[in-house]
Amino acid sequence: MSQRALDRLKERFGDAVLETSSFRGDETAVVDASRWKEIAEFCRADGQMQFDMLVDLCAVDYPDRLPRLEVVVHLYSIAKRHRLRLKARVGDEDAEGAEIDTLTDVWSGANWFERETFDMFGVKFKGHPDLRRILLYPEFEGHPLLKSYPADKTQPLIPYRTEAEAGVPVDKLAPFRADEGMSFGRKAWSTEKDES
Amino acid sequence: MGELTAPNRVEMGGSEAGFATTKVNDLLNWARKYSLFMYPFVTACCGMEFMALTSPRFDLARFGAEAPRFSPRQSDLLWVVGTISQRQAPVLRRIYEQMMDPKWVLAFGTCASSGGFYDNYTTVAGIDKIIPCDVYVPGCPPRPEAVIDGLLLLQDKIAHGDRTPRIVKPRADVVPKDLVAASDLVRGKKERRA
Ligand code: SF4
Repeated sequence: MSQRALDRLKERFGDAVLETSSFRGDETAVVDASRWKEIAEFCRADGQMQFDMLVDLCAVDYPDRLPRLEVVVHLYSIAKRHRLRLKARVGDEDAEGAEIDTLTDVWSGANWFERETFDMFGVKFKGHPDLRRILLYPEFEGHPLLKSYPADKTQPLIPYRTEAEAGVPVDKLAPFRADEGMSFGRKAWSTEKDES
Repeated sequence: MGELTAPNRVEMGGSEAGFATTKVNDLLNWARKYSLFMYPFVTACCGMEFMALTSPRFDLARFGAEAPRFSPRQSDLLWVVGTISQRQAPVLRRIYEQMMDPKWVLAFGTCASSGGFYDNYTTVAGIDKIIPCDVYVPGCPPRPEAVIDGLLLLQDKIAHGDRTPRIVKPRADVVPKDLVAASDLVRGKKERRA
């Protein structure tokens, strides 16, 4: 269905569409991050595209790729009933300097999605009206959904009780064990490349 | 309810405390244990089970602990029901500090007790990291029966003036013998007797 949308995008933007793929009716286009907003505006306004609904905006961290982060939007056209996924790659190997244009002027619903993506991955959306953390607290350091953020690292807002204060061990009491929780999440990621 | 059958440990108030004071304390504790005003601090899915618990079916009123007070200043039992995120931790601490002595805390569910399967940047791994906790009720979410066990455990602790943290032990489900036989029949494990 939306293969036509993909073709239209390639015809209109040529080289700015870096890659396209299609899997069981899910069409994806990887586009040039510098033309992100222009492409989004076209998707919304063009008569054959008419993507009037922004379903989701998020990011993905691929620690061994460069640029490291991928900003993903899912679009849906209520009029044409087709879908499209757009991706743009940003950020260096430490996920620093990830910058992309905001889509809030195109779809106002992008506002909170972009704040969340900023909160979790540190992607800066240029021109966003109010780019603050949305889920975490302002005191939080770092961006927790980056693979380089240790999975079990917490940043408490108030100091935990010490053992002397509590009079009892504050570590987990039996039957709760110290390794309760997502042990699979404790894998440490390293973004350093192998020398060999 | 293994814990409930622990031997009575009546705490005497030292050698100079007379017979009368000890008895007055006993009387006070007896009164306290049957008039727990609760403050439900409900944050997550365990809240659903909490609603079941406070419904007429499980009838918490039997134990004198059914009256919710939505002001911490009027309540003496803090129910921490559900996951406590790092952002909520200061709020929970403040609620606890606003409660009048004597006060007790019950951790409802595995999340409140130990953080449960949340082990990441968002969650406080157990409320005992920030406030003292009297009774832990594990379960995700715990059955209302388990919570009632926890409440009885707490009443037991109050009666004995005991403040050490206690945990509700799991109960094994008792499956009637004929039910086992019937399910074996269904699964074809046993031949139907002629
Ligand atoms: S213990 Fe289970 S049911 Fe209760 S809040 Fe945690 S995840 Fe939800």
